[in-house]
Amino acid sequence: MKKTKINSNSLLLLITVVLFVVMYAGGCIIYSSKGFTHLQTFLNILINNAGLICVASGMTCVMLTGGIDISVGSLVAMDCMILAVGIEQWGWSSPVLMVLILVIGVVFGLVQGFCIAYLDIQPFIVTMAGMFFARGMTAVICRNQVSIVSDKIFTTLAGLKIELPFGGYMNKKGILQVPYLRITVIVALIVVILVYLMLKYTKFGRSIYAIGGNQQSATLMGLNVKKTKLKAYVLSSFLTSIGGICYCLNTMAGTTQQATGLEMNAISSSVIGGTLLTGGVGNVFGSLVGVLINGTISSLVKTNGKLISSWSNIITAILLCFFIILQSVFAKIKDSKK
Amino acid sequence: MEAGVVLKMQGICMTFPGVKALDHACLTLKKGEIRALMGENGAGKSTLIKCLTGVNKFEAGEIYLEGFNGPIVNKDTMDAQNKGIATVYQEVNLCPNLSVAENLYIGREPLTKIGTVNRKAMNRQAEELMKELELDIDVTRNLEDYSLALQQMIAIARAVDMDSKVLILDEPTSSLDDREVEKLFTMMRRLKAKGVGIIFVTHFLEQVYAVCDGITVLRNGQLVGEYNIEELPRVKLVAAMMGKDFDDLASIKQEGSGDKRKEPLVIEAKGLGHAGTIRPFDLDIHKGEVIGLTGLLGSGRSELARVIYGADRAQTGTLKVKGKEVKIKNPIDAMNLGMGLLPDDRKAEGIIGDLSVRENIILALQAKAGILKRIPMAKQIEIADKYIEMLQIKTASRETLIKQLSGGNQQKVILARWLATDPEFLILDEPTRGIDIGTKTEIQKLVLKLAAEGKSLIFISSEIEEMLRTCNRMAVLRDGAKVGEIEEADMNQMSVMKAIAGGDSNE
Repeated sequence: MKKTKINSNSLLLLITVVLFVVMYAGGCIIYSSKGFTHLQTFLNILINNAGLICVASGMTCVMLTGGIDISVGSLVAMDCMILAVGIEQWGWSSPVLMVLILVIGVVFGLVQGFCIAYLDIQPFIVTMAGMFFARGMTAVICRNQVSIVSDKIFTTLAGLKIELPFGGYMNKKGILQVPYLRITVIVALIVVILVYLMLKYTKFGRSIYAIGGNQQSATLMGLNVKKTKLKAYVLSSFLTSIGGICYCLNTMAGTTQQATGLEMNAISSSVIGGTLLTGGVGNVFGSLVGVLINGTISSLVKTNGKLISSWSNIITAILLCFFIILQSVFAKIKDSKK
Repeated sequence: MEAGVVLKMQGICMTFPGVKALDHACLTLKKGEIRALMGENGAGKSTLIKCLTGVNKFEAGEIYLEGFNGPIVNKDTMDAQNKGIATVYQEVNLCPNLSVAENLYIGREPLTKIGTVNRKAMNRQAEELMKELELDIDVTRNLEDYSLALQQMIAIARAVDMDSKVLILDEPTSSLDDREVEKLFTMMRRLKAKGVGIIFVTHFLEQVYAVCDGITVLRNGQLVGEYNIEELPRVKLVAAMMGKDFDDLASIKQEGSGDKRKEPLVIEAKGLGHAGTIRPFDLDIHKGEVIGLTGLLGSGRSELARVIYGADRAQTGTLKVKGKEVKIKNPIDAMNLGMGLLPDDRKAEGIIGDLSVRENIILALQAKAGILKRIPMAKQIEIADKYIEMLQIKTASRETLIKQLSGGNQQKVILARWLATDPEFLILDEPTRGIDIGTKTEIQKLVLKLAAEGKSLIFISSEIEEMLRTCNRMAVLRDGAKVGEIEEADMNQMSVMKAIAGGDSNE
């Protein structure tokens, strides 16, 4: 009785991937004259969204438990500000600051996770408090924009180009353009792979799915639901901190308004990537593709040149609707089969 | 503990605020035995189970389990599970989004050398377990791909694989069809052969006699008795559950109130049914007739009434009211046709605690009139006073909040609510439950008076005497289906109980 193993969940992911490919191919055809076909255009999407990829990976874990974490955007802003002020005003060295930020992330996640898992408070409320706190803290640390210029290690890391041995082309002036990646992309991709393996092959990862599937059952089956939830929120904040460092390596500055709405980008990427808001279904590769779709949309809008950038929001909104409707249709089909 | 006994519960007592839920209840389970735990709702079945699995803390009594010296107390379900007492509930407590194998092994997965989950080994073990239990299931597929019955069996497989000595099945068959139930029974028999002791909680009598070796009956938190299956034929089981001693069933034959079947038909139901609650049934009710619905709790008595009234929308069949075919979509339609329903759970469905007696009485009438046509205050007061007087509702004033009234008086207020709409057809679901004898008699008298006035009634009660006194005819329900009718001439305690029990009740 071996049947095909494609169920509606993997079908959702498949649709996401196909959509991305179609969208990107369409962009290549329409905007081939504007350089959309170059490998670097694709790599730039990765470079611009490296931070978001890390954040979305954490978000996916939290959403798989049926929760949500809307503090991540503010946390990224706070991380950037600490890095910028720490380097420029306090004169600390960047490796120390990076470790500090990761520690802050863990502590931040512990507090939020404790409130959610052990005090049974709604994740939305708890992380909203976290959001306000981190955003406020950013302004308390410094109210002005601080650009990072003085730390050697940090500027070197930011400027580091990892050139690829293929995909080069000659530009109009006849200079060879070699496609490259930034260190942040490598970090982000490693994060995705590790989170994927963690979700699939560890007890912790499977417990996350179980809780999202049916929390009461998970409890009755003897899983430690509270501890797993706490860990998921710690993981989210920790990955957000890694994302914050990547984000800062990209912008090289700290401002109070940095990364506003990043949490929504992370959530929408996860949803487009096939993660259910109710939990239990989804995986981190889907979220990566979700980020890429969002990145492709804004890249297309930018390449067009005539459209204002807000159009990318509208297209994202339409896509989001499309995926949510698709999810509910699949859920209905599944129910009616019973 | 005696040889062969795997579980013994003795003298278990447990009090909920104001209620003695268990009063020295006992249960003995042998190795390789399937024992039915029977009793009507509120008899203490689930409380006893919860005491065993550590969900409830009992106040007195001991639990002995094979392999343990001295009495045991379980802190929680996990603790019970570790000691070898596993429970499978009515709803499947597994994760639909995980594979079958994971559902079987999550929390105790086989690990690889580096501490990650060894999926290959897990799937292989799961396959072996499925083969052993002769279940044809692809363990790598998600649980949600399988029917409820198979999910139930996977839940049982999980429980069994954890080396359980005692397996508790708490109404596992409620959502299964006949074929699926048979599969479940096959599995239960297989487990029995392996020496697992099974406690089977169900309210389906047929199933008890199909699969069980012994029966433990509880009533009002007390042990009625522990029997071997052959000692307790159906009719005796029903008697034990209802608390009637089989030998001295005094037959209280009332004066015949006459055959009403020459009167015109008020209600004609043909093949009316609602999936999952009541199978299609036929029922005729004549003018001035009182029809009793009898059966055990959960047999479909209330559900039948709800379908006629439109509280559950009929999915099959036709309904004629006074000869005209009607489609009742919701209770408002029914009310406009002159029907009224007094629900059995007055707290949940009947009274609105924060409204006054007057407002509660006027409620149905106002709903019938429509929200825009407000009934004038003078009229409201007149109606309220009339029924307070007529039913002798004991209340400080007509403006007293209904939640301050006693249960019996609340019941009268709801009765008044329906009488105020002047219904031609009234359904009374357990109108006398939980009220004192005096009021009960008053309500019975009122039923007879209403019938004499030419109204038709459906009367549902767990007390057979009460029905014998008031009904012209009785419809018998069992396991969610109407199984027969009893004519007035044949109505007595014995015949009714035999009809409720069904099957080979002449043993």
